[in-house]
Amino acid sequence: MPDNSPIFKTAKELSSDLANGTLSSTELTQAMIERVDTVDDQIHAFLHLDKEDALNQAKLSDDRRANGKELSPLDGIPVSLKDVIAVQDQPLTAASKILENYRSPYDATVTQKLKHAGAVVAGRLNLDEFAMGSSTENSAYGATCNPWDLERVPGGSSGGSSAAVAARETPLSLGSDTGGSIRQPASLCGVVGMKPTYGMVSRYGLAAFASSLDQIGPFSKTVEDAALLLEIISGHDPLDSTSFPKDVPLYSQELDNVEQPGVIGLPKEFFGPGMDDEVRASIEQSIEHYRSLGFQTKEISLPTTELSIPVYYVIATAEASSNLARYDGIRYTSRSEHAQNAIDVYAKSRGEGFGPEVKRRCILGAYGLSSGYYDAYYLRAQKARTLIRQDFERAFKDVDAILTPTSPTPAFKFGEKSEDPISMYLSDIYTISTNLAGLPGISVPCGFTESGLPIGMQLIGQAFEETKLLKIAHAYDREHLYGTQAPTL
Amino acid sequence: MEYEAVIGLEVHVQLDTNSKMFTRVGTGFGYPPNTLTDPVVLGLPGALPVMNREAIEKSIKVGLLLGCKIAEICKWDRKNYFYPDMPKNYQISQFDQPICEGGEVEIEMPGENPAKMGKHRMVELTRIHLEEDVGKLTHYEQDSLVDYNRAGSPLLEIVSEPDMHSPEEVFAYLTSLRNSLVAAGISACDMEKGQLRCDANISVRPVGTETLGTKVELKNLNTISGVRNGVEYEIRRQIRAIQEGETIIQETRRWNPDQKYTTPMRTKEMAHDYRYFPDPDLMPVKVDQDWVDRIARELPEKPFDKQRRYQQDMNLPYTVTSALCGDHLLCAYFEKTTELAKSATKTANWVVNDLLRELSQANKTDELSEEPTKRVTPQSCPVTPQKLAELVNLIEDGKLTNNVAKELFPEMFSSGKSAAELIKEKGLDNQSDDVEIEGICAEAISNDPNAAEKFRGGKEGAINALKGAVMKATRGQANPKVVDETLRRLLASS
Repeated sequence: MPDNSPIFKTAKELSSDLANGTLSSTELTQAMIERVDTVDDQIHAFLHLDKEDALNQAKLSDDRRANGKELSPLDGIPVSLKDVIAVQDQPLTAASKILENYRSPYDATVTQKLKHAGAVVAGRLNLDEFAMGSSTENSAYGATCNPWDLERVPGGSSGGSSAAVAARETPLSLGSDTGGSIRQPASLCGVVGMKPTYGMVSRYGLAAFASSLDQIGPFSKTVEDAALLLEIISGHDPLDSTSFPKDVPLYSQELDNVEQPGVIGLPKEFFGPGMDDEVRASIEQSIEHYRSLGFQTKEISLPTTELSIPVYYVIATAEASSNLARYDGIRYTSRSEHAQNAIDVYAKSRGEGFGPEVKRRCILGAYGLSSGYYDAYYLRAQKARTLIRQDFERAFKDVDAILTPTSPTPAFKFGEKSEDPISMYLSDIYTISTNLAGLPGISVPCGFTESGLPIGMQLIGQAFEETKLLKIAHAYDREHLYGTQAPTL
Repeated sequence: MEYEAVIGLEVHVQLDTNSKMFTRVGTGFGYPPNTLTDPVVLGLPGALPVMNREAIEKSIKVGLLLGCKIAEICKWDRKNYFYPDMPKNYQISQFDQPICEGGEVEIEMPGENPAKMGKHRMVELTRIHLEEDVGKLTHYEQDSLVDYNRAGSPLLEIVSEPDMHSPEEVFAYLTSLRNSLVAAGISACDMEKGQLRCDANISVRPVGTETLGTKVELKNLNTISGVRNGVEYEIRRQIRAIQEGETIIQETRRWNPDQKYTTPMRTKEMAHDYRYFPDPDLMPVKVDQDWVDRIARELPEKPFDKQRRYQQDMNLPYTVTSALCGDHLLCAYFEKTTELAKSATKTANWVVNDLLRELSQANKTDELSEEPTKRVTPQSCPVTPQKLAELVNLIEDGKLTNNVAKELFPEMFSSGKSAAELIKEKGLDNQSDDVEIEGICAEAISNDPNAAEKFRGGKEGAINALKGAVMKATRGQANPKVVDETLRRLLASS
């Protein structure tokens, strides 16, 4: 594949190519399909790609444009979705065997919004089963490889979404982030990944992992592209009671409106031991860059940081144990062939249909909610969650954004952590508290290790202050554009 | 030793709302299986619940009607357990913060005889909470089928204190609760359609003691008589067991209506751990006081209050009011007719005797029909309040005798014609009537000059002989009032 294939371009570039007629959506979609055909054997980011459907959508987009009726800057541009976001008549497996034969009869709200914007919604992307994991090794359909080093994980759980963008198999993708599942794989794959404020993007049609933490968000090569995609999928949804009734600013048009450089907070708890040296060096350079742009930096303290992982694993698993109860072998999920009675249908269908990590979390979660343990675990975790949120509120009185590494290490090797759940859980240590506090966070590529593995920095913003967060991220990104560098495949 | 029963009821009432508790799909009974479903009802991946405002409003209405404290925050919890009738394997319910707390239901016990009002008292309520209904399972030899049409319908659970002591009280409680809820438009409360379901918590203890005995939860009480019989049986079973030296164990038992006994379903040890926790998909919602106030202003009159008003303000006898007040449609009909009619008492009698008889006959013939909407109600029957009022007024004005009216009424009901129309058709026209009566009266006077003489001499009672003669001559068809007036006029003028 020549490097001048449109699939290597940013969404913004593609948008202008489509607008000035030098490119058609059909050509672009065809290029995407060719790229997937060429490289996905190595990457395995895609669980499914309905080529015919994608080309049909592209054709419709080209027709619209011919009639001067294009719907948005993204009209005709492919967007691929993590396989937990419903698209009508397409498979939705959540990378689980239990949903092997399921097709969604309806669109998620974000899918609807993408379709209304004219995007070519194409491809189902791999993940850790039911978004539970940090490496995409927990997929029932095989792991995804990191395009920068095929022996390493792409991160997770949205590893398919980050790898597909990094490998130039799709210009844009959506993932979901419950404890870092967008930002961590974005960091490990060298692309931009953003988790919006809880309530900013509708969860309707997102197969739930942990309802109070899940948010859908964009993957892209640049912050500009992330803004373009975010402004389309955001907004109040009457079908999601946790969606916030708030107008969506046109982020992409605000990015270059120069604002006074603000104050960037550096939480000392995030810069302790456990961080890879190259990651540390890269983050320090990023901090220096912000200073050079006129930003002030300020050391802050988030004393409850050490609570975030235990709190997260009580709350997220509790909600998951209940959310995943519906996958029972009775209606649309695969039923065990060995079931002799009703209890068997449950026990065997779930026993055979779920992978070990999903089972571990369902059991853990049910335990924490059990009578006699509820107060000690779930209730206590909720109280601690309030403290974590208050920590951030206090910190944001003095700063405009908080800068941290996204992940303590670059991409790790397959099997390196999969036998040790705790060390795997620790790879989300910098991202989890953002979910617990409901805040927006973005991972921006900020360099490479000597061996060529991407490094990401995380910027955390105030609730519903996506515009400000994106502007600060863009101020850095437009001068580096690490995400536009493609791995050699 | 003598024992008394202590009974508390958990009543489930399906709210009559347009759509389900947490989604837009409609509610209904008798639709083809699994047609009232959508991603939310079926618990498909990604589906999310959204609260139904109408269901909350109706729940608040019930709370206000029964004198409960209305919660300031409406909060939802998940009750987790696996069962094939529940698509998500958790039920969205209210655990620690029910929408209503406290309250009471006024009940009336049977009187000495049907004509006598019985004792009234209040049964205390514990709480009322809102939840979503489950689907319906039908079991066959090898398989079970599930219909999710009912799943997700708004369901109100009304929990009483252990405040009842006999099957009669239980019956009175259910009747009163049902009348209030039907009258307020909360639910049709049809037990056959599962719109009202009831579980009973029953224990017994020696009379005079305060401590509660070990309770047994009784299920499968699917009809009002089933409740009565089941509770009665279970009380006897427990007393007998204690008398025979057995210990009552805390368990759930099932009433078997055909065999007429209860059997164990599960013991306390087998009880579920429901792992309740706040539903993260639903934000707690603040209940607006203005909203509550507005609902309070629009509350309908409670059936027993209505009955007292009929007795006190309209002087209606107890038997009539009790026949009226069990049926709010009949009450509405009665009140509309009374506004137009000259006698409330007579109107009430026509409604509870003649109208009710015709209605029950009309609906009897319709029982064969499958279509429930064909049911004739006071409001849909051909005798409108205007027509009944006209009939009552014709009698009051002496233009129609009661006997003739009684004959006309079934015809009014079947044909939809007014009394006036029928009178004209049948030549019962009152003018010719009056002339004829005058002739008969004159004849009676001339036939009995003795009586005429006595009356003129001041003996009031003497007129009765003349009246009797006229009635005999008209075979009782003449209007006594008209006869009386005519005789007096003729006697005065001659």
